[in-house]
Amino acid sequence: MAKNLELEQKQKAESNSNLKTLKRKKTIWAYIFLAPQILVFFIFSAYPIVMSYVYSFYEWTGIGPLEDFVGLGNYQQLLSSPRFWNSALISIYYILGTTVLGVGGALILAIILNDQKMNGKGFYRAIYFLPVVTTTAIVGIIMGNIFGITGFFNQFLLNFNIIDKPIPWLTDPVLALIILIVVGSWKGLGINMVYWLAGLQSIPNELYESAQLDGAGFWSTLRHITLPLLKPMAAVIILLSLVSGINAFDLVKTLTNGGPNFATETMDLFIYNYAFSSQLGGGQVRMGYASAAGVLLGLFTFVISMIFGAASFGKQIMKLKGNKKSKGGVKA
Amino acid sequence: MISTKSARLVIHVFLVLFGLVWIYPFIWMVFSSLKTNQEFLTSGTKLMPEGEFQWENYTDAWFTANFSGYFLNTVIFTVATVMIVIILSSLTGYALGRIDFPGKKTIMVCVVAIMFIPKGYTIIPLFKLVNYMGLDDSILGIIVAEASGAHVLFILMFASFFANLPKSIEEAAEIDGAGFLTIFTKVMLPLSMPIVATTAIMQFIWTWSSFLVPLVLTISKPELRTLAVGMQNFVQTYAVDFSGMAAGATISLIPVMTIFIIMQRYFIEGVAGAVKS
Repeated sequence: MAKNLELEQKQKAESNSNLKTLKRKKTIWAYIFLAPQILVFFIFSAYPIVMSYVYSFYEWTGIGPLEDFVGLGNYQQLLSSPRFWNSALISIYYILGTTVLGVGGALILAIILNDQKMNGKGFYRAIYFLPVVTTTAIVGIIMGNIFGITGFFNQFLLNFNIIDKPIPWLTDPVLALIILIVVGSWKGLGINMVYWLAGLQSIPNELYESAQLDGAGFWSTLRHITLPLLKPMAAVIILLSLVSGINAFDLVKTLTNGGPNFATETMDLFIYNYAFSSQLGGGQVRMGYASAAGVLLGLFTFVISMIFGAASFGKQIMKLKGNKKSKGGVKA
Repeated sequence: MISTKSARLVIHVFLVLFGLVWIYPFIWMVFSSLKTNQEFLTSGTKLMPEGEFQWENYTDAWFTANFSGYFLNTVIFTVATVMIVIILSSLTGYALGRIDFPGKKTIMVCVVAIMFIPKGYTIIPLFKLVNYMGLDDSILGIIVAEASGAHVLFILMFASFFANLPKSIEEAAEIDGAGFLTIFTKVMLPLSMPIVATTAIMQFIWTWSSFLVPLVLTISKPELRTLAVGMQNFVQTYAVDFSGMAAGATISLIPVMTIFIIMQRYFIEGVAGAVKS
């Protein structure tokens, strides 16, 4: 008996130490697996993020060493530059415009497509999603042609006698911004539609069924069930749309290139022009100045995310406190 | 929800007509690419070319305007980026999702925190970095710049997939004497094919359309330009060649559109999954 017990203990100890070496081995493997991503992250993400701040304190053409330390000089200059403030305003118009049109339009489409008895859902979804996957820089050029003074859109309006002379869609400051917003909304609507559909599908069917039993019509179901339950999702979708509107570069660069006369120059195009185009950047390349504008844009994005993040998370926490059982149901 | 049949018919008619308007720019693009420049300017709103289809627009774009080179660059750039991203994200996701090791929590927190750090204009340091490393003469520079960010969404997708696989899979393989690496490459990675496919398709479409990184990194290297950047160049050089522009745009967009149409389920599910998490 005593011998058996000893043996058992021995075996236990052995398997324990086996387990330990196995665990240590796994830890080592985990770090080996993480190493490439961590390495690449430090070189190509962390370093550029840090340097984008460092550059912003220098006056620098991008050639030669960083020597001319100007402290907050670039920032002061930016904050007193009308062109910078103009670009900030244009960005805000663009962000708000694409969010209202793109997110709002997508909601309507998603509600229509979410109808259970609707045929051809997949087909419509693919059609309305298609612009999302196309290359924005190419789309900008195509749209530049369509909305050009002799372009398809003017021809179409002239043919149907809607207008009697061509409209300068892209050379009028206000119209150019509107076209930019319309094209940007068109391009992004499909992705918002898929987000909304994901939200709609998480609403349990029983709710609709019981609403029907109660005699609720389409509109009252929409108002009292669908929309309230979409609220948490709405905050996320609006946030994603706002943040993606901040990166309008591809479209603005190829559709209007900031013109006419900086009337559609968004913040990211402003930065690009100062960093890489001496012609549009006021005579010479100013990487430090551009970097400072980039930092301000980053902070701007950060503040928007925080406000919306806080708003939506705050609501969720309140809800959890209010009724704890309302969790769950987030399934496809 | 919408009860009557006639109401549904009205909705279908609306969706079809509006859908046609929605994708009309692409239809217009394809037909314009088959017209002569003369016809492009004079045909007004007529979609069909009156004469023969001008397939020469494509051969001109392909050979003379160097779309063949742009196309090849884009394919290399996209395929290499997709492969790097899959390797990095699956390895990281596996380590984070499947293994308990000291420091895991810290790394997870870092991964999520990355999404919230206010970034400056990182393309300038990235541009400088690629120059310092001597990669500005090859397409490798654009590839590493594009592929090297932390792809948080894909990492989280892999991590949650691997975390949810039953423990018995590993145990069975371990009893058979398989080592850690063998289990990963022969058992786990094949199981994660749906995630690999979603990652591949999403990253493919993003990289194919990437503009700022290749634009900046090929500023003085025309021979390395991708389609998105080359198109820009084409418009500046041949300002009046409208049908050539349409042909080039068609060449650039057809591959992504085709891939999307074939693989749309993966893509749309990936996007929907992203917002849910």
